[in-house]
Amino acid sequence: MRERDDEWTGLMRSAIAGDSTAYHRLLKAVTPVLRAAARRGLARAGQPVDQSEDIVQDILLAVHLKRHTWDVTAPFGPWLFAIARNKLIDALRRRGRRIFVDIDDFAETLAGETPAETASASEVAAQLQTLPARQREVLQSIAVDSASIKDTAAKFSMSEGAVRVALHRGLTSLTAKLRER
Amino acid sequence: MDTDQLIRTLAADNAHRARPVGFALMLALLAAAPVSLLMFFTELGVRPDVMVAMRNPFFDLKFAVTLALAISAIAVSLHLSRPEVSLRGFGWLLLAPVGILTAAIGGEMMMPQRMPMMTRLVGKNSWVCLTAIPLMSLPLLAGALIGLRHGAPSRPAVAGAIAGLLSAGLAATLYASHCTDDSPLFVAAWYTIATALVAAIGALAGAKVLKY
Repeated sequence: MRERDDEWTGLMRSAIAGDSTAYHRLLKAVTPVLRAAARRGLARAGQPVDQSEDIVQDILLAVHLKRHTWDVTAPFGPWLFAIARNKLIDALRRRGRRIFVDIDDFAETLAGETPAETASASEVAAQLQTLPARQREVLQSIAVDSASIKDTAAKFSMSEGAVRVALHRGLTSLTAKLRER
Repeated sequence: MDTDQLIRTLAADNAHRARPVGFALMLALLAAAPVSLLMFFTELGVRPDVMVAMRNPFFDLKFAVTLALAISAIAVSLHLSRPEVSLRGFGWLLLAPVGILTAAIGGEMMMPQRMPMMTRLVGKNSWVCLTAIPLMSLPLLAGALIGLRHGAPSRPAVAGAIAGLLSAGLAATLYASHCTDDSPLFVAAWYTIATALVAAIGALAGAKVLKY
């Protein structure tokens, strides 16, 4: 536990210092932990656990857009779990308004179960369609076609700066739309 | 979009640097301040005998109380903008204005007074105080909330209430230079009610806009 947290803290420090590879590694490393927590939360609330991926993506977006509130001298774990907890409670509360109970979900026990690598997530994908065309194209180019910022700039004959702006704005409004929904 | 794709996208955006919450809060308050100042100078203005009043320690103490409130609330607001913290360990800062006010009341009690206590408590400006402080607070509260949206408070309503204290502290600092009631008893009664009102508005607004 301790070692894991130290590793995360080190990666996040490098990320803040500008190392995108470290940032990518960090997000990859925390995702299974977030997924397991999301599945546990859904199961405990009697909700279908296959919605966990939407919650994971929600948490990752919040981590990304709020990472400037992390104090680089503090351990990363408590900060991450505070964000995750907030998003999970939010998600459960939102789903709680709908009557959505399936007997089979109660039967499922998840303690210790290794979660599936990547379940399907629909909410981010759905909101992506509502973004302005330019932001959507840039996001899709980087996400789906795994193009670099440079390649994306060449593809749409934009400057790299403009791609960066569209990318960041796209992520910001995606998060805002997820919150308003 | 699957999660690996999202992670790739987020990593690509790593170069983007958000401004610290303190900087965002400062900018937003600076943008809002002219509105409150305009309200103050067009409707109230500094009291005419201000030069004489400044020699009265109880006039000066009003500013100590209101500024202590504003400064401690700014510090607590910035602290609460981090998701993993709570009021514990930092909330005591908010006792600073209360302490100054209590000491001021004690000081006044020990001095011979020309006016009876009830007269000092009720004052002449209670209604102005109760309306002017909240009204002048509103632009500052809006600014504070906009700035604090850059943060990630775990309890948005609490963070909003503190933003209310912050803006009430600043507005009360302006108002104190207009008001001719200098008794700490007046401050403890009416400024407190006005501040509580703004804190309540802040809590309601914060619960909505400070969610991240």
